[in-house]
Amino acid sequence: MNEILSAPYVLEYTYTRSTGPVVGRFLENLRYEVLEGVKTVDGRVLCPPLEYDEEGEPTTGEFVPLRPSGTVKSWSWVQEPRKGHPFDRPFAWALIQIDGTDNAMVHVVDAGKAKRMKTGMRVRLRWADEKNGTIRDIACFEPIASYLPGPVHLEYNVNPGKHYTAYLRGLQEGKLIGGRDPEAGKVYVPPRGADPTTGNPTSEYVEVADIGILTTFTIIRIPFEGQKLTPPYCFGAIVLDGADSPIYHLISGVPHDEIRMGMRVKAKWKPRDEWETSLENILYFEPTGEPDAPFDSYKEHL
Amino acid sequence: MRDVAIVSFSQLPSVKAIEAADEPELVQPVTSDAMKQVGLTQDDIGFTCSGSTDYLPGRPFSFVAAVDGLKAWPPIRESHVEMDGAFALYEAWVRLMHGDIETALVFSFGKCSLAPVPDVLNLQNDPYYVQPLGLDSISAAALQAQAMIDGGKATERDFAEVVARNRKNAIDNPNAHIKGDFSVDAMLDEPYISSPLRKSFCPPLSDSAAAIVLAVGDTAKKLVKRPAWIRGFDHRTEPHALGQRDLTISPSSKLAAEKAGVGRGKVDVAELHAPFAHQEIILREAMGLGDGVRVNPSGGALAANSLMTAGLIRFGEAANRVLCGDADRALAHTTNGVCLQHNLIAVLEGE
Repeated sequence: MNEILSAPYVLEYTYTRSTGPVVGRFLENLRYEVLEGVKTVDGRVLCPPLEYDEEGEPTTGEFVPLRPSGTVKSWSWVQEPRKGHPFDRPFAWALIQIDGTDNAMVHVVDAGKAKRMKTGMRVRLRWADEKNGTIRDIACFEPIASYLPGPVHLEYNVNPGKHYTAYLRGLQEGKLIGGRDPEAGKVYVPPRGADPTTGNPTSEYVEVADIGILTTFTIIRIPFEGQKLTPPYCFGAIVLDGADSPIYHLISGVPHDEIRMGMRVKAKWKPRDEWETSLENILYFEPTGEPDAPFDSYKEHL
Repeated sequence: MRDVAIVSFSQLPSVKAIEAADEPELVQPVTSDAMKQVGLTQDDIGFTCSGSTDYLPGRPFSFVAAVDGLKAWPPIRESHVEMDGAFALYEAWVRLMHGDIETALVFSFGKCSLAPVPDVLNLQNDPYYVQPLGLDSISAAALQAQAMIDGGKATERDFAEVVARNRKNAIDNPNAHIKGDFSVDAMLDEPYISSPLRKSFCPPLSDSAAAIVLAVGDTAKKLVKRPAWIRGFDHRTEPHALGQRDLTISPSSKLAAEKAGVGRGKVDVAELHAPFAHQEIILREAMGLGDGVRVNPSGGALAANSLMTAGLIRFGEAANRVLCGDADRALAHTTNGVCLQHNLIAVLEGE
């Protein structure tokens, strides 16, 4: 059989290129982290600069300094870079209109993921660490977020007041404390300064049970800023035995599709040596296994 | 102006790799067949012109070797363009206008199987500003496709539908490389190569060769019953830098179509050289080709894409429709450069 011979073969041209006064000035300036465009006869600015515009007119030779940022005019996401691409991790090709110019530059955007790319997005130039007077002295462009970090930091010394202090001190002892107006008899947990239906001071403190009725609940499935738990999780309103207002806490120890109104639940406490003046002493509420409370027994608390 | 016609066309089936053929071995079968179809030999040919690029075989001056595939002794009038063979056809057409010769042979060959083609095509880019970044041809086309989506001119589904139609048309073309009934939804499930381009939205890379014989006036009429007369012929180019152009339109195609007189009559068939699916949409709009035009009955470059040859094959396919009487008026188009930079358009007519 006449098998066709085959062999690897590399073609290289080790040419050097002269650059001239327009391209040469632009590329040389990149070494010093200076970005410039050139003005055309009709007053436009081109970056990268060209010797001639598309009308065939020589550009003026007048250079203008540019801010190293711009707008993406088109882009293409490359998930698996080819040999010869400027990155070996996913990146975007882009046409970038540098601010203050009238054309666009072909370059790349280091955006991390395709979802961050959008035509019209703002990008800033990132310089290469090592420069040698080529277009790759611009390492890439990177997205400019359209929002600013706006943190506020103020230091206070808070005082929860007399009634809440009583409540928190109770928690430190493993007790749940409520407040009562002796005249109306309703028990509010945590205690308040006054019974909201009579306006009288809740002058008495009473301890309520750590068992109660789950009167209503929600299952959180969406993430949000500052979230401490991983969704999904259940949050419920619990009217403790002896109380007339609910406290709110996590419901756990039960599959979500078995959680229901009227379910009897009990506090699951942290180990005693970890107790502080905090409701976080209770990890969550879990079912007691008792029969559900009838709706009429808690409907006034909904 | 002399009347010039395409009188014969020959091509090798486009395939992934023609291993057992170097340049003369690719060229000889198609040139000899194109001449034989009209009873000519190289001695009867007034001018020979070819189009190819040395970067495909990686061999400098490979086109000189290809002349060995012709009978070049005694010495022949010969020329070459480092472009698609359709541009060689344009040069031959201009040469026939001189008035001293009656026939011309045009050929081209492209072996994509030897080269890292998307990287080779980076060498078309600006050597100062773009080449050092390594912008491959697929990514460059992707910037154009995304601009079309952003401009509301097409969707990815439109791209897939262009591919499905072309590759379905190719079922009837024995020379096509990729053909069949392809599902639009399946194409839209493919991963991106360079977004928004998926593999199916890109052309295959094929090996092939093609040849065309041109003849003038009465000579053409003697050679074939119904020559495919070149009634209009024009090419236009746009700025090189991608950032200087609106990539979603093709002003060069529009102008070339006007100058070639595309709009002066009904176009029965158009063979468009649109390697990437979205480019067919741009070209149709630029040339004003409506729904009544049969676009790429051969399957186009999405079905067979031998670089430097796919354009000449568009001319041959369009001419064949006229030669066989299937069409009275056909449009042939070829593009060159990055993102449809340069476009050549001819109108071929039966009478």
